[in-house]
Amino acid sequence: MRTIAVLAKQVPDTANVTGKAMKEDGTVNRAALPAIFNPEDLNALEMALQIKDKLGYPVYVVSMGPPKAVDILKHSLYMGADEVYLVSDRKFAGSDTLATSYILARSLKHLGNFDLVLAGRQAIDGDTAQVGPQVAEKLDLNMISYVNRLIDVDDGSITVERDGEVQLEQIKASFPLLLTITQAANSPRYPNALNMLTYFKAKAANDIEGDPETPVIPVISSRNLDIDLSLCGLGGSPTKVHKIKSITLAGGNLQLFESSAGGVMGLVKEIIKDYVEVKE
Amino acid sequence: MKTVVFIEKNPVTDKLRDVSVELSARAHSLMSPFKGEVVGAFVGDELPSDSQLLFQYGLDRLIYNCRPQYKNLHSIAYKNVIEAMIKKENPDFVLFGATHTGRDVAPLVSSSLVTGLTADCTQLYIDEYKDRGNILYQVRPAFGGNILATIITPEHRPAMATVREGVMRLPEKRTGNPVKTEIFAMDTREQWLKNQFLQVVPKHRKVNLGSSNIIVAGGAGVGSKENFKLLYDLADALGGEVGASRAAVDYGFADKARQIGQTGAVVRPKLYIAIGISGSIQHRAGMAESNKIIAINSDPEAPIFGIAHLGIVEDFKMVIPMMLKYLKEEG
Repeated sequence: MRTIAVLAKQVPDTANVTGKAMKEDGTVNRAALPAIFNPEDLNALEMALQIKDKLGYPVYVVSMGPPKAVDILKHSLYMGADEVYLVSDRKFAGSDTLATSYILARSLKHLGNFDLVLAGRQAIDGDTAQVGPQVAEKLDLNMISYVNRLIDVDDGSITVERDGEVQLEQIKASFPLLLTITQAANSPRYPNALNMLTYFKAKAANDIEGDPETPVIPVISSRNLDIDLSLCGLGGSPTKVHKIKSITLAGGNLQLFESSAGGVMGLVKEIIKDYVEVKE
Repeated sequence: MKTVVFIEKNPVTDKLRDVSVELSARAHSLMSPFKGEVVGAFVGDELPSDSQLLFQYGLDRLIYNCRPQYKNLHSIAYKNVIEAMIKKENPDFVLFGATHTGRDVAPLVSSSLVTGLTADCTQLYIDEYKDRGNILYQVRPAFGGNILATIITPEHRPAMATVREGVMRLPEKRTGNPVKTEIFAMDTREQWLKNQFLQVVPKHRKVNLGSSNIIVAGGAGVGSKENFKLLYDLADALGGEVGASRAAVDYGFADKARQIGQTGAVVRPKLYIAIGISGSIQHRAGMAESNKIIAINSDPEAPIFGIAHLGIVEDFKMVIPMMLKYLKEEG
């Protein structure tokens, strides 16, 4: 029986910056943003579940993050994932994409040899789209990125549509491989009520108070892994943040025209001035 | 000093991708003060038909490995060839366009070389760093575009970066370097060519926003696909093109080909008229450098007014017909 792994990340909701998440100086208050399941990772999970629906392959969801990332693992269980794992350790904090990919690759290897690894194309906080490919390289897997659509799958191969930017590519490949999935690929299913009842009390392994009824979400830390700590965390990250500048959403030299016929005429006159310049 | 630039072509037109020329030019300006070299690296079925353009914009040498099997992207094959080229050339920096191919191959290569890769850089410059000598400073938006981060790779070599098309402006002056191409000999392996391409269909490219001098763009505030017609009328009257924010595209008001922003096109027209666009950071990332920005929005608090030069706080359904009337009158 083939197995599927899905890489998922909990991210701050950077796409919905409203007034509440803004500071006095017009910059974003990152800590105030709600934490969500990275959208394209949801699409990856949905694709995994569709394959499970068709062929019965078990779906494992792995997330690297701080303890509260357990929330997206619970959501994965609600959607129908078979097993979920939290990869968490203070020694992993500060990892750039390379260190993160190394840790995730070691974690997947620790869990077994997956035939198919699915990851969202990119996370909405880092926006790099690097972790998927780098994990593929570290696991020596064939990789297809920008997967737009699952066309077909059977025990021998998988056929997908890739967004090649200027062309659409229909690609058939054998297992094992890693795919990065875009938001166009599917509409993630809603949580299943029965799964919610079963798992809503689930807690991370190190958070249990001894209640045998509580479903446990296993936590993988550096102690569980065959891993070189010098390749993890800040020390294992070739890229370093030199400085950060917050972008202000307000401020500028604006010439406002009156909301009247005269105002619009004035605006049009300005445009024509540019239009004439442009025509040259 | 040396920079390698990953050279890519548009598989449909067989011509160079704009970003490959833009990055060759940028690499040239980065290397010039140090009398460094800019080397292009190409893998594919055949060199782009207009490769000589690269040398006019500052490339010194182009190394290439071509075979028919490489017509389409086999990520592992491309990664192995580019990695071998980099190992031979031993550059300080490697630049890739942040195209779908670039964002596929670059991280495979950086992972294999165990070095740093910074995605979607909007600025690149070389400067001293502590005792490391001259390194590459890589500026990029992060956190959904809400912050601007400067990233460095001080201890690993080569420092790698991807840059989106349209971000680095082509210089006015051409360098007129002599054309110098070199075959990079390397065999291929079956296990690198595991993708079976059943069908490849060119996407119908209806619009070319990048070359438009006037863009009339609509956002979620336009309200419907029908309402977008007003924007088309205005664009026609001005001889411009119609663009859209991601929200408008997501709602189905406009085609994805017209999307402008962080996940759409990056444009720099002489005139940008934003209609019913709130002006999120993600949208601004695609048009903030427009020469003149006009905002028409019924919400006076819309962030777009923060970067617009001219504006009217009013419903576009009232403003555009008036504008069309005056434009007709003024000739």
